[in-house]
Amino acid sequence: MRTAVSLKALPAIIVLAVLAYLPYVPIEVPGLLPGRVNGPGSLQLLATCLVIAGIALSYDVIFGRTGLLSFGHALFVAAGSYLLTISLSNWALPLPVAILVSLGVTTLLALVVGGIAFVVVTLLVRSRAGHAMAAVRENEARAAVLGFDTYRVKLLAIVVGAVLGGLGGIVHALVLGGSNPHVTTTEFTLALLIMVVLGGAGSMWGALLGGFLYHYADARLVELSGAGFLDALPDVVQQVLSEPLFILGLFFIIIVYFAPAGLTGLGGRLIRRGRAT
Amino acid sequence: MTDFVLILVTGLGLGALYFLAASGLSIIYGLMGVLNFAHGAFMMAGSYAGFLTMGALPASLSVAARLAMAVLVALVVGAVIGFVVEVVLIRPLYRHHIQQVLVTVGLSLASVAAAQGIWGADPRTVEKPEWMASTTMLLGARLPNDRFLFIVVALAVFLGLQALLHYTRLGLIIRAGVENRTMVEALGINVHRTFTIVFALGGSAAALAGLLYSQYAGTVSPAQGGSLLIYAFIVVVIGGMGSLVGTAVAAVAVGLVQQLANFYAASGVGDLSVVLLLALVLLLRPTSMKGAHA
Repeated sequence: MRTAVSLKALPAIIVLAVLAYLPYVPIEVPGLLPGRVNGPGSLQLLATCLVIAGIALSYDVIFGRTGLLSFGHALFVAAGSYLLTISLSNWALPLPVAILVSLGVTTLLALVVGGIAFVVVTLLVRSRAGHAMAAVRENEARAAVLGFDTYRVKLLAIVVGAVLGGLGGIVHALVLGGSNPHVTTTEFTLALLIMVVLGGAGSMWGALLGGFLYHYADARLVELSGAGFLDALPDVVQQVLSEPLFILGLFFIIIVYFAPAGLTGLGGRLIRRGRAT
Repeated sequence: MTDFVLILVTGLGLGALYFLAASGLSIIYGLMGVLNFAHGAFMMAGSYAGFLTMGALPASLSVAARLAMAVLVALVVGAVIGFVVEVVLIRPLYRHHIQQVLVTVGLSLASVAAAQGIWGADPRTVEKPEWMASTTMLLGARLPNDRFLFIVVALAVFLGLQALLHYTRLGLIIRAGVENRTMVEALGINVHRTFTIVFALGGSAAALAGLLYSQYAGTVSPAQGGSLLIYAFIVVVIGGMGSLVGTAVAAVAVGLVQQLANFYAASGVGDLSVVLLLALVLLLRPTSMKGAHA
């Protein structure tokens, strides 16, 4: 039993060890990273990628695990990010207190928002009170299992996901040195949705991988398209291909069609097929 | 009083645009259960189709004539794009609702990025016919003429769609499909062909909305469709998904509430009050989320 647990933790430990060693690697990886691996540009890019991966993971708690298609996750990330920035700069709080304040308010926000959703859903059920009563009459245990517990689980998922998202927002603000209105937009939430599906919804590594790759592609595809191998194409095609979101959007559609379980699901399928032959 | 009349007419004009944007969305959701995020891309396509048509036609023609041509082109482009999207992207994913939504999200992302690559992210000025840019005195208020045009167009589209839904065989199938799709399929009616037609119709209406919105704003930009789409979603949810009358009422309510709050409270309160209206409707009439009669 214990060996199984430590085996499961092994990939995480290896990834962590590799990441911790990166600041001591003075090698250049042309094309992939800007400058040396331990240069400020590369480390900042990797750090932002990892933060976004974490935020994607927090969205996965809501969407991937529970299947709630939330379009307001940016709220919690923005709350964490802006509360931290404001409590640091406007209220001059020390960092630990600022983090506590941001997390506390974000949790409260999640409870309120989740609570409103909860009330709406409960009202929805009440509006069919007759059916509900009949269900309780026929099989009380099943009605409880089907009805009320699921809402509590969903509320829990929203709160946990929101708190993690707020934490992500806090780290995001720390890494970028401030808050950016971009994290408040609907596009940001949609980007999170895309990350989670790209990597594989409902899988921890999937959401992390999706978030990392999405941000990396968003930041680096512009450089790659300027690398010169597109020069033979007409100008319009070049301009379109130099839009990272165009390539990501297209890639996303392809993934939805051909690998609905995301990149990690695809990887798992290939591994299983390799073993079978 | 003059302010009030102006705000009223502007709110109605905006409501008309919201209705045009939301009508296709509402019928598509009611019939197919697809939350179409690509609707913003349809609107963008309409606005750029109109913009390019007006630029391509000889300047010797009057602006109004070129705008009329632009409207025709936008309607056709919207219908073609709606048709292609339904057949190529949505059709293979029937019965996978989440995947259908995801594909439309990817499509909207990619198409906005493509438009940015081709025409640039900055807003471009559109030509406005002289009549639409001028004003009419009514009840002591100077009212911009374009508002009246929007209201008339939206009314025409509303009446046309109502006639289609209630007096044609296609409309009968759509209404029946919104009510109970499985039953319609069981009766041996080809609902899939109806889906394609509804998508093409929705695309047309969205393209028209996009074009008229660019006339209202005076510019075209890739992000315009997305910002209109958010209001369209709100209108669809308030009005009850799949209900055309509900969509029309909700569009007018959202347009009026937004403009009145922006003027009488403070600029920016309008958007907030629209969201509050949405929350109120959801709390008091939660069934509007579940769809209603077309």
